Formats: sequence, structure tokens, C-alpha cells
Amino acid sequence: MADLTTDFLGIRSPNPFWLASAPPTDKEYNVRRAFEAGWGGVVWKTLGEAGPPVVNVNGPRYGVIHGADRRVLGINNIELITDRPLETNLEEIARVKADYPDRAIVVSLMVPCEEEAWKAILPRVAETGADGIELNFGCPHGMSERGMGAAVGQVPEYIEMVTRWCKQYYDKPVIVKLTPNITDIRHPARAAHAGGADAVSLINTVSSITSVNLDTFSPEPSIDGKGSHGGYCGPAVKPIALNMVAEIARDPRTAGLPISGIGGVTTWRDAAEFMALGCGNVQICTAAMTYGFRIVQEMIDGLSRWMDSKGFEKTTDFIGRAVSNVTDWQYLNLNYIAKARIDQEACIKCGRCYAACEDTSHQAISMSADRVFEVKDDECVACNLCIDVCPVENCITMERLAPGTVDPRTGTVVESDYANWTTHPNNPAATAAE
Amino acid sequence: MNVDGGTDRADGIAASRLSAADLARNFTDLHPPYAPHEAAVAADRCYFCHDAPCVTACPTEIDIPMFIRQIQTGNPLGAAQTIFDQNILGGMCARVCPTETLCEQSCVRETAEQRPVEIGRLQRFATDAAMKTGTHPYRRAAATGKTVAIVGAGPAGLACAHRLAMLGHDVVIHEAREKAGGLNEYGIAAYKAPHDFAQAEVDWLLSIGGIAIETDSVLGRTITLEGLQQAYDAVFLGMGLGGVNGLPVDGSDLPGVEDAVDFIAALRQAKDLSALAVGRNVVVIGGGMTAIDAAVQSKLLGAETVTLAYRRSRADMGASPFEQDLAASKGVHLMFNVQPLAIRGNGRAQEIVLARTETRDGRLAATGETVTLAADQVFRAIGQTLAGLPDGLKVEAGKIAVTGPGRTGIAGIWAGGDCTAGGEDLTVTSVAQGRDAAMDIHATLTGR
Ligand SMILES: Cc1cc2nc3c(=O)[nH]c(=O)nc-3n(C[C@H](O)[C@H](O)[C@H](O)COP(=O)(O)OP(=O)(O)OC[C@H]3O[C@@H](n4cnc5c(N)ncnc54)[C@H](O)[C@@H]3O)c2cc1C
Ligand SMILES: Cc1cc2nc3c(=O)[nH]c(=O)nc-3n(C[C@H](O)[C@H](O)[C@H](O)COP(=O)(O)O)c2cc1C
Ligand code: SF4
Repeated sequence: MADLTTDFLGIRSPNPFWLASAPPTDKEYNVRRAFEAGWGGVVWKTLGEAGPPVVNVNGPRYGVIHGADRRVLGINNIELITDRPLETNLEEIARVKADYPDRAIVVSLMVPCEEEAWKAILPRVAETGADGIELNFGCPHGMSERGMGAAVGQVPEYIEMVTRWCKQYYDKPVIVKLTPNITDIRHPARAAHAGGADAVSLINTVSSITSVNLDTFSPEPSIDGKGSHGGYCGPAVKPIALNMVAEIARDPRTAGLPISGIGGVTTWRDAAEFMALGCGNVQICTAAMTYGFRIVQEMIDGLSRWMDSKGFEKTTDFIGRAVSNVTDWQYLNLNYIAKARIDQEACIKCGRCYAACEDTSHQAISMSADRVFEVKDDECVACNLCIDVCPVENCITMERLAPGTVDPRTGTVVESDYANWTTHPNNPAATAAE
Repeated sequence: MNVDGGTDRADGIAASRLSAADLARNFTDLHPPYAPHEAAVAADRCYFCHDAPCVTACPTEIDIPMFIRQIQTGNPLGAAQTIFDQNILGGMCARVCPTETLCEQSCVRETAEQRPVEIGRLQRFATDAAMKTGTHPYRRAAATGKTVAIVGAGPAGLACAHRLAMLGHDVVIHEAREKAGGLNEYGIAAYKAPHDFAQAEVDWLLSIGGIAIETDSVLGRTITLEGLQQAYDAVFLGMGLGGVNGLPVDGSDLPGVEDAVDFIAALRQAKDLSALAVGRNVVVIGGGMTAIDAAVQSKLLGAETVTLAYRRSRADMGASPFEQDLAASKGVHLMFNVQPLAIRGNGRAQEIVLARTETRDGRLAATGETVTLAADQVFRAIGQTLAGLPDGLKVEAGKIAVTGPGRTGIAGIWAGGDCTAGGEDLTVTSVAQGRDAAMDIHATLTGR
């Protein structure tokens, strides 16, 4: 059996599955249930300053995007940070940590961008015995209007400044949680690094409007006929999150900076993918909110079986394994030439590949009167659209043309050596191949 | 079959074999309607195939992927319109079509996983939604001043009438029976279209306007083809198959020996099913849809034993495997390779002697072995025939010969549905033929 234990910034947890700072971690009651269910750690729902807590709206705070059979593909929310008093949260954190010493508890924080505010709260968090803090520089709604959350995360200088204060006034690990609502994720990550952050975590939610009610003409979720942009999360945001994680992981200026992966993790597979792209662990919110805490058992079992099947004994055996395979477009091998192949036995003759290719791509699939679909090698550019739209798994595959054969589309012989755009004759900026 | 009451085992033919509650349960919807969420889930399974095979398989060529996608996007009324554009009796067809041998058989998901998209039930979902609005989705075109007579208010006649009315012609349907609907009203199994759906559908269809129905108007008795030709600009014959094949065996004149179609018609018209008498031991002779329906409904009425006796093998049977399984699941005993020799009894049918058969050199022959079954009631279901065909029309295999869109060869006279040769004797094919004849009539009358 694979060992799922992770050591993230010196914080040990029995598995890499942490609950992200959100409703599932807003109270002692939930967190105890989560630990009983098997979660490796939690990032406590974001705490604010002492004094009267923030208030939430009293109408719907979530919108949703459904797939087939009302499967939740994405949720957006306009919830703020915790609306319970600071003292209550701190007491609960201390109690739960004492009862679950083997689990990770990190406390998420968001206070105004003033040194005094951070200086005031950090010792109080330290007293709870929590394992570390996460700076919420990501919340894109409500708090950002008050100069916190994403409003900080969008300005690298602020990130660096606040991170530095935290490292100054707090001894344990400091994780900086990044907002995806920026142009280039590497800049806030570099700022966090410069400020001394022990790690970054990402992504927080994506600014969004999920839908518009066509009777009332209000965005959803609607509060008395009006809506506000919220934060989008769940399976729909996973591709965005994976890319941002990869960008940081392969940036030489943040090389080695630990990453906690967040955004759409729903199954063990998603977790494995984030970790392969360099994340030391993952955080989950929407999947737990959709299915309850029990899903962590599937994640634990699935990840450990997969690790066994690959011969990985511990998580560090595969963390970061995919990073070196992420490259820039200009370095992709242009001599890799493939053609689509349709398995006639598996084909159910729906014709979707034909419609897609004929109407929107390269007219590279033929259709006979008796519904036999075949690839025209002299037109196929291997774009993959037919595979994407085929309802039968593995019915259509891409096969590489062996070097030495002639590509019927271009009439040229397939070369065996690697060659990319930087040396391509059509590239005005090409450097002559040596 | 009988859950609370228990079956009344009285010999002979008797009413009230089951309690009212059991009867109600037995005759409720065979395929219950979808709830909205079920429909959404079912619709999501459709792949929106290119040049979809299900459409090719539909005799009325409904754009199935399109209407399913409309359901999927929360537009059931648009879905219904897509259906009605091709098949104005889409509501009935959703209930009675043998989808397992038509659209659903050719669905690519049948190929892929032996579980097709449930096209029939989705069609019902959409058409029910549209009919529930209480409005009619079509308007008539400007009046053309042309008049068309239609004989028979069955699916063929109604489909033809609706299309003609829509195109601006005035239509009069001459119908021999008391109610319109044809076999939708008098033939289809009660559990396929409960709650008087057939009449509701006729009313909804007629609400387009421009269609008058004259009931008790019988071609060959109260009206003649020549008379219709003189009074109208065109005539469409859609009179179905009014006659039945006889059963030339000893004892077939005994009380208790009846035509299955009459039994079914009586059942369909019964206000109170417990007043309807059925035998304790019922034997149905035949192998088609009518035989299955008579057998199943006898069982559902509370007959103790029901045997369906077919002279050939299971594979030769006209009824689809789905219909056969349905009958078996209701407790009907299916017997193959047996044909009736004699019906016996003292003043009424009491038993039937069946001869075992086999196929020798491609021909059916008796083996010499016989089997005798108790039979208080024997239903003949060995085929319907065209009755009362006016002189002068070309006949082919006992039915009216037609070419193309229902042309009879006599100018001004079209025909469609079961009364014409070469069709499949299904509701949906009758609708297609009525509709296509209407388009041809329209083209002829307007010179387009
Ligand atoms: C018992 C039974 C069960 C069936 N079940 C199914 C099923 O589940 N699914 C399916 O698809 N098909 C089924 N069918 C077949 C289907 O009902 C017919 O194919 C369809 O009804 C034929 O339509 P039609 O309009 O041609 O004829 P009909 O429906 O027979 O209508 C003909 C009309 O013409 C009238 N008429 C007849 N003679 C005259 C006259 N001389 N003058 C004036 N009017 C006249 C009749 O009264 C009738 O109203 C079944 C048939 C039977 C008998
Ligand atoms: C209702 C809701 C409230 C959230 N509140 C917080 C919060 O207080 N602090 C925070 O850092 N992130 C918050 N998040 C963001 C999540 O922690 C997480 O980053 C995001 O949902 C992406 O992960 P997921 O796709 O697994 O849900 C919230 C998310 C949701 C859905
Ligand atoms: S064949 Fe099946 S999957 Fe394809 S369009 Fe028709 S119903 Fe949909």
C-alpha cells in the first residue's frame, strides 16, 4: 500500500486531501465531521479582524452551472469571510487542533492592508496551536470592494508587503492564496516569494456571473432582483487552475516554491494531476459541498491504488513529474505527424465526427451511404476534434506516422528529428538550424 | 394481476372477475409519462447524430435529435412543434408506435449499449406539454375555395384532413362509426392510451378549424364514390380494414367464439370495465398485434388462463419480441406451431382442439398430434380485410393499389392507411400516408 502521508512545509498530514477555506471549514462542528470522515487537513474558513463580524446576504449566495442530470459543473458564490466572531473561531480552532494533533489545521486570514491589523491578529492565531496561516488574497467579491482579498492579490507590491509582515510577526508557515483574476499568475507568485512566503496556494474563485434569470432579468443568485458578480469554482475551473499551477511550477524565479493546488478537485485523478504539476497537496471545496465529506474515501483509495499500480511508494515519488513536460508552443515538435484512425468495430455510426469535421474543420472524414465513416489522410491535420466529440471512448485514436513515410496531406516525407517553430522556414524570426 | 380482490373463477364468460381497484391498476399507462427531471435526463442521452438513423427509421421522419435537444434546453413546446410539423398525431404515436422496431431500434445507443434513447416517451413528454396548453399550434392558410372529401376518420384520414385544412382547403370527413379516431378509438390497447386520449387528440386536431366530420356516413351505404367525386374537388379514402378473416373450423359458430377486434372495440368503449365479461379460459388464435392485445387485455380483465395459439414459430410471429415479452409478463401462455381443428361445447364454446404443425419444405403441415384446451371464449385474430371497396379501383393483394403519395390511378381520388397495399399497417405509417396524400392533393388542386 502506498504511503499517502504528506509533509507540506513541515506540516504533516495523513493524506494530501485538505478542505479549502470555505463553508465546509467554517465551524468546529463541520471540521470534526471532516476529520472523522478522513480528511488530512483543513484550511479554516477565513477569519477577519476582532470586533463586529462581517454580515452575509440573507438571500441566496450560490449560483450553479449544471451538466447532464443536474450534475454540478460549477458553483459561484457571493459569500464573505466568516460571519462569526473572531473569538469563537479561535476557541474552536484550539479545541479541534488539540483533539486531532495528526491533522493539519491552517488558519485563513484577511484583515485590512495595515501592519497594525496583522500584528494584532497573528499572535492570537499562534495561540491556537494551528499549524500555519493562509493569507486570503483571493476573494473576488465583497471584501475586495473594501480593499482586501483580491484587491490585495491583484497588486504584487501589496502581496509582498503583507507577506513580509506575516513572516515577521508569525513563526509558523505562511501560505499565500492567490486570485486567478489577474493577467499573469507568475507576478503575484513572485511577489509572495519575495515577501518570504513558505508556499502559495491557488486558485481562489474566478469572478463570474453564472446565469441571468430571463423572467426577472436579474443575474443569479438574485437578491431582491439584483445580483453581483461572485466567485466561480468546481470542476469547471480545473483547467484554469492547472494552467496557473503549471506556470508557477515552471517559472525559474519561483522554482522550488511549494504549491497547494486548489480548483475543481473532485476525484483522486484530479488530485494526482495537480500534484504531478508540482502541488505538494490539494485543497477541495466544491466537491465536498456537492457530495459531502465521504468523497475523501474515494480519493484516498483511488490515489493509493493508482500509486501502487505505478510503483510510487510515497507522494513525493510523483509530485512534480509533469512539470518538465509543460513547455511553450514554440518548442513543440512540428515533425510529429499524426492521423485519426476510426475503429470500425467500435463505431456506433452516430456521425458526430463527420458533422464536426465537415462543418467546422478540415473535411477529412468521409461518410458512405451505409454510414461508414473513414478518415481522409490527405486532409486530416490530426486536430483531435473528432476524438473529442466521439461518444465512444477509444473508438477514434491518433496514430503517429512513422518517420520515412509520406504524409498524404502535404506530400512530404515525415522526418525523424525533432524540429520546432524557432527554426521553421516560415518563421520570420527563425534562427537557422545549425 | 389481482392484488387485493382475487379472481372470480366462475366458469364460462362472466363480468367482474376483478375488483375495480385491480382493473384500474391493470389498465393504467403501460409507459407512464416522464416527470420533467426524468425527461431532462433522458434527453441528455441523445447524441444529436448527424443524418440521424432514428429519423430515417421514423415513417413520418420526425427530426428526433432536434426535438430532443429542444426538450433538453427547456423548450418542450418547440419540441412538440418539431414533432407535429411531421406528424400531427405525434401524441398517439408516442404511445402506440412499436418504437422497438422503428426509431429506438436504429438509435446508435441501441447499437452501443442495447439501451436506446427513449424516443417514444420523450415524444410523449413534448406532445403532452403542448396539448396541455389548450391551444392549437397551427393556423389555416388563406382559403383556397377547394373542398375535399375524406372517407374514414382514422389516423390516415385525420392526418390528411389536418394538412389540407392547414393549407386552406375545406374538408369533410365521412365516418361510418359514431366516433372519430378509427382504431385509435376502437382498436389500440386500452393501456396504451388511457384517459380517453384518442378523443382528446381528435378534438385538439380539429380545433384548427375547416374540418367537418359527418359520423354514421358510410361509403357504399349512405354515400357513393361517384357522389363524392361530384360534390368535392378531391377524395381521399382512408377507411382502414373493416372486415375480418373467418375461421373455417367446426364449432366456430358456437357462442363464445368472437372476433378479437370486436372484443377490443367493446373494451375500448366500456364505461365500466367490471361490466365487461371475459371467459375463465380464453384462447386467442393469431400471431399479430391484435392477437397480443386481445390476449393481454383478457388476462388483465381477470381471465384465469389465456393462451395465444399461433400456427407458425415464434420467429415468424408478426408481433415484435417486445410485444411477446409483454404478453408473457402479464401471464399469457404463448403456444407456437398449433392451429385450430375444432371448437366444442354444449351450447357454448367449452374447449378447443389444436393440431400441432411443422414447416415441411417451406409449407405448413399438421403433424397428426393434437392438443385440447379448455376454452370458454375463443378470439379470432387472424387478420383484417378491406370491406366495402367501391368498384373501379385497382386492387393489389386485397387492398387498394396506390403509387407515390397515395394516387389510386383515378384522377381526383387518393387513398392511404391500412386500406392501401404495401403499407405496414401501423398508426404512424397511416399518418405519413395521409399527410403525403394531402400534399399531393394540394399540389394538384392549386396547380403547384
Ligand atoms: C387491435 C389493434 C391494435 C393495434 N395496435 C397498434 C399499435 O399498438 N401501434 C400501431 O402503430 N398500430 C396498431 N394497430 C394498427 C393501427 O391501428 C392501424 O394501422 C391504423 O389505425 C390504420 O389507420 P387508418 O386510418 O388507415 O384506418 P383505421 O384506423 O382503421 O380507420 C379507418 C376509419 O374508417 C372508417 N370506415 C371504414 N369503412 C368506412 C366506410 N365504408 N365509410 C366511412 N367510413 C369508414 C372506420 O370506421 C374508421 O374510423 C393496431 C390495430 C389493431 C386492429
Ligand atoms: C461558498 C464559498 C465560500 C468561500 N469562502 C472562502 C473563504 O472564506 N476564504 C478563501 O480563501 N476561499 C474561499 N472560497 C474559495 C475556496 O476555498 C476555493 O479556493 C475555491 O472554491 C476553489 O476550489 P474548489 O473548486 O474545490 O471549490 C470559498 C468558496 C466557496 C464556494
Ligand atoms: S439515433 Fe439515438 S442518439 Fe442518435 S439522434 Fe437519434 S435518438 Fe439521438
